[in-house]
Amino acid sequence: MKYYTYYPGCSAEATATPLGLSVPPVAKALDMELAELEDWNCCGSTPYHSTYKLEASVMAARNLALAEKVGLDLVTPCSNCYVVLSSVNTYLKELPDFREKVNEALAAADLTYGGGIKVRHLVEVLYTDITPEVIASKVTKPLKGLKVASYYGCQLVRPNGFDDPESPHSLDEMVTSLGADSIPWEMKARCCGSSLIMPEPDVALGLINKLLKNAQDHGAQCLITPCPLCQINLDAYQSQVNSKFNTSYNLPVLFVTQLIGIALGIPAKELALSKNIVSPMRVLAPYL
Amino acid sequence: MDETIAVTPAAGVSFTDEVCSIPGGDAIRSCIQCGMCTGSCPTANNWDYPPRRVIAMVRAGLREELLSSNSMWFCASCYTCTVRCPRDIKPADIMHALEVLSIRSGLNTKESRTPVMYQCFVDSAKGNGRVYELGMMIKLFLKTNPFSAFKLAPVGLGLFLHGRMPLKPTRIKGIKELKVILDKAKKLGGAK
Repeated sequence: MKYYTYYPGCSAEATATPLGLSVPPVAKALDMELAELEDWNCCGSTPYHSTYKLEASVMAARNLALAEKVGLDLVTPCSNCYVVLSSVNTYLKELPDFREKVNEALAAADLTYGGGIKVRHLVEVLYTDITPEVIASKVTKPLKGLKVASYYGCQLVRPNGFDDPESPHSLDEMVTSLGADSIPWEMKARCCGSSLIMPEPDVALGLINKLLKNAQDHGAQCLITPCPLCQINLDAYQSQVNSKFNTSYNLPVLFVTQLIGIALGIPAKELALSKNIVSPMRVLAPYL
Repeated sequence: MDETIAVTPAAGVSFTDEVCSIPGGDAIRSCIQCGMCTGSCPTANNWDYPPRRVIAMVRAGLREELLSSNSMWFCASCYTCTVRCPRDIKPADIMHALEVLSIRSGLNTKESRTPVMYQCFVDSAKGNGRVYELGMMIKLFLKTNPFSAFKLAPVGLGLFLHGRMPLKPTRIKGIKELKVILDKAKKLGGAK
């Protein structure tokens, strides 16, 4: 059994519910104990860090301070939480003046952070600590013949990721360990437009169209991603892309934990497959 | 931005110095204007001044032109520029710093909806300790163009029908404690 402190992030409780629901059963099947960080708060995300820097850093640091009391690695399945929490963590470790200022604010609530926590992405933990080999050894329903496009998005691999920032391979290896075919495609780590989908939908829809086209052209039957924002953009906005660009994509976009869960024999209901907007049931039927 | 008070730079501190003072910001002094950042940026064709030019403008001290432009608000934080820059500049971090300065100075463009969305997000995160996505989206549309909400209504409805759009926000237990530390941070660092 491996032990971690778990930070789901706000999306996992709302727009990324299928991620939030599929992580615990998969973790259990892989002998990981993910204990949710008690009373965690929003990491501040890019919007807060791009408007009120010190406040946002303090917001992120409250989580680090709470996690330090437990002492285990802080693991998040959200790529944006990962970038924000890990970069604030790095600054707090490397810049004593900044740490002093942040700690002065935290002290107002009797908290302090000494820089002793490691922030990690769930995919990195699955790849490094659990390993694709061990995942393969626990597969009960091999996904033989399923063509999967592994979509990394940006913030899992940039700027401080554990994988190659241009041509990552960790998700591909995990998909292969499940018995599925991980298709090669050029855009696996290109941007989906992230939160620009709200203020600048035309810009983001154009980027999403390019991604879906590239995956489809290479024969993908579905995509997987760890990132809540990528999943929403590619899944929930797929119909908008179809009407804007006169396309007819019908590509399910699964969270990586949902696909792992299917191969491990976890029931579809526990993996929240019915909550994906583009239904994955047709593609997954042979494996359920 | 309702909460923001317009701030002019402190006497004696140039715009260039101000941007250079962020962690790693000093690296822009060694920019060779190769254009790798612009060539790597997925949204650059929408920017008033693309990333390479933004760096040049910071170095030239063109504060008002830059802070009132739409440029940095198109940064999607993909960090492609950051991992490719041959001079180890972190352009995405520079864009985030320019966003902070743009809001602080009150120069931020009224034509981009991104600053409004960011503020709605901040209000939501501060209010409950966790972001309430539905509330944030409704506020954004009310503050910008309510009619554009109709276009995206099917997406919201789809998420709602699939149980991905809770009707109630989640509030953390330590919300008072969080507000206390955020107030303290505000006093310590202003909006910086």
